[in-house]
Amino acid sequence: MDAFRQAIHLLITLDPELLQILGVTMRMSFFSTTISCLIGLPLGTLLGTHSFRGKAFLKKLLHTLMGLPPVVAGLLVYALFTHYGPFGTLNLLFTVRVMVIAQCLLITPVVTGLCASYMEQSATGILETARGMGLPSSRVLLLCLSESRTSLLSVVLNAFGRSIAEVGAVSIVGGNIQWKTRVMTTAIMLETNKGNFSFALALGFILLLLAFLVNVAASLIVKEVRYA
Amino acid sequence: MKKLLAILLAALLVLSLAACGSKTETDPSATQSEQSSEVANTTIRLSTTTSVNDSGLLPYLLPVFEKATGYKVEVQSAGTGAAIQKAIDGNADLILVHAKASEEEFIDGGYGVERLPFMYNYFVIVGPKDDPAGIADCEDAAAAFAKIRESESKFISRGDESGTHKAELKIWGEDAPDASKDAWYISAGQGMGACLTMASEQQAYCLTDKATFLSMEKDLNLGLLLEKGDDMKNTYSLIAVNPEKIDGLNVDGAKALIDWMLSDEASELIAKYGQEEYGVSLFYLLEK
Repeated sequence: MDAFRQAIHLLITLDPELLQILGVTMRMSFFSTTISCLIGLPLGTLLGTHSFRGKAFLKKLLHTLMGLPPVVAGLLVYALFTHYGPFGTLNLLFTVRVMVIAQCLLITPVVTGLCASYMEQSATGILETARGMGLPSSRVLLLCLSESRTSLLSVVLNAFGRSIAEVGAVSIVGGNIQWKTRVMTTAIMLETNKGNFSFALALGFILLLLAFLVNVAASLIVKEVRYA
Repeated sequence: MKKLLAILLAALLVLSLAACGSKTETDPSATQSEQSSEVANTTIRLSTTTSVNDSGLLPYLLPVFEKATGYKVEVQSAGTGAAIQKAIDGNADLILVHAKASEEEFIDGGYGVERLPFMYNYFVIVGPKDDPAGIADCEDAAAAFAKIRESESKFISRGDESGTHKAELKIWGEDAPDASKDAWYISAGQGMGACLTMASEQQAYCLTDKATFLSMEKDLNLGLLLEKGDDMKNTYSLIAVNPEKIDGLNVDGAKALIDWMLSDEASELIAKYGQEEYGVSLFYLLEK
């Protein structure tokens, strides 16, 4: 297949533009995933292990946000960071940073929601043990997180998958600027619009390969932690 | 338990703020170069249309300019409608577009300094090679469109407020086909390349800039049926964004780029562009 051949050719020749685009993609996805998980995992654990008034409403809100269309998130962030927007003076529009912000808006609810439903289902045992040991609630939170790390890994990888595959928000706030904010998905979009279907598909194969490698690496790390 | 909710919300706020902070700190390698260049103001933000960027003209011209002046040009390409809107929002230093009416509106609104038309090419009509509507002998695009309408041959419209879309609407005149009623008239809402691919798949007619068509021709099952009608001229202009209306602009950079684009050196490069690859020029210079 032509696209396959092109993908291999791009990888073997270490095409400098491709490497740069891959670099931006990885940097963006790494920060989006990290920040979303730093916020979403503790919040999801709290939500999943505590009951309080207004929880049902909060969960509905969360589930709505989980379905936020990327273009809408992109437009919101564009409106915030455009030159005359509330954060316009920060001069962040069309940078990788603002792409990370837009993606966090998209991914944090997903991480929170998935983490909360996981905790609801399987944290009762951990909670009982922790209470039996008389741990303070901050330690309980940490225990919940560390005991469920294998399952939470899939939440983290889900977040990463969203981030790396997302095109609507990053093309609006990032502007798809060559050598600066172009990532794999926006490059694929551009090539598709230009009619270079096989080249676009080649980029798609490379993106898949990248996602696969990250998944392998992540599961290796978790294994290490487990048996260490 | 309301307390817990309040604490939760507060935590969310604090964390998101902390997250923003950490972003600015933890990602220095990513943005240092962007920042320092903004401080020295060597970055020029050019908002332009897909036809000059995706056809390869800007990637061919700009490195010469950047090398000569030390400026760095950040190109964002979108349809003319979006390209102008980005400038109105204060996110570009200058625009390079091709829709006279919208450009004049932009200037009348005070957003642009002066419209500087500097190059042109021709829109062309492409379509099925056997030309079922028989437009190849038409005098101009309006006559060709009339034949397409008469025969109800499929026609793909950009439908995205781009310069090409606006030119198409202008050729149709007052009674442009209505995509909701006329089944043969397809409003794609996509870029030029995607529309040409669609036209090829569906064996439909399409109005396109010549550069994009030539760059894709080998992958398309379409023929170049009509070019160089009087109503098919497509003029590109440069407009610097008005610093009296929009603050924070790189005025010197925009001026440097405009001066260079209008220089003899750039003119020569533009006139030569396309000769090597397609054997024809893709853009022509307006008489100064």
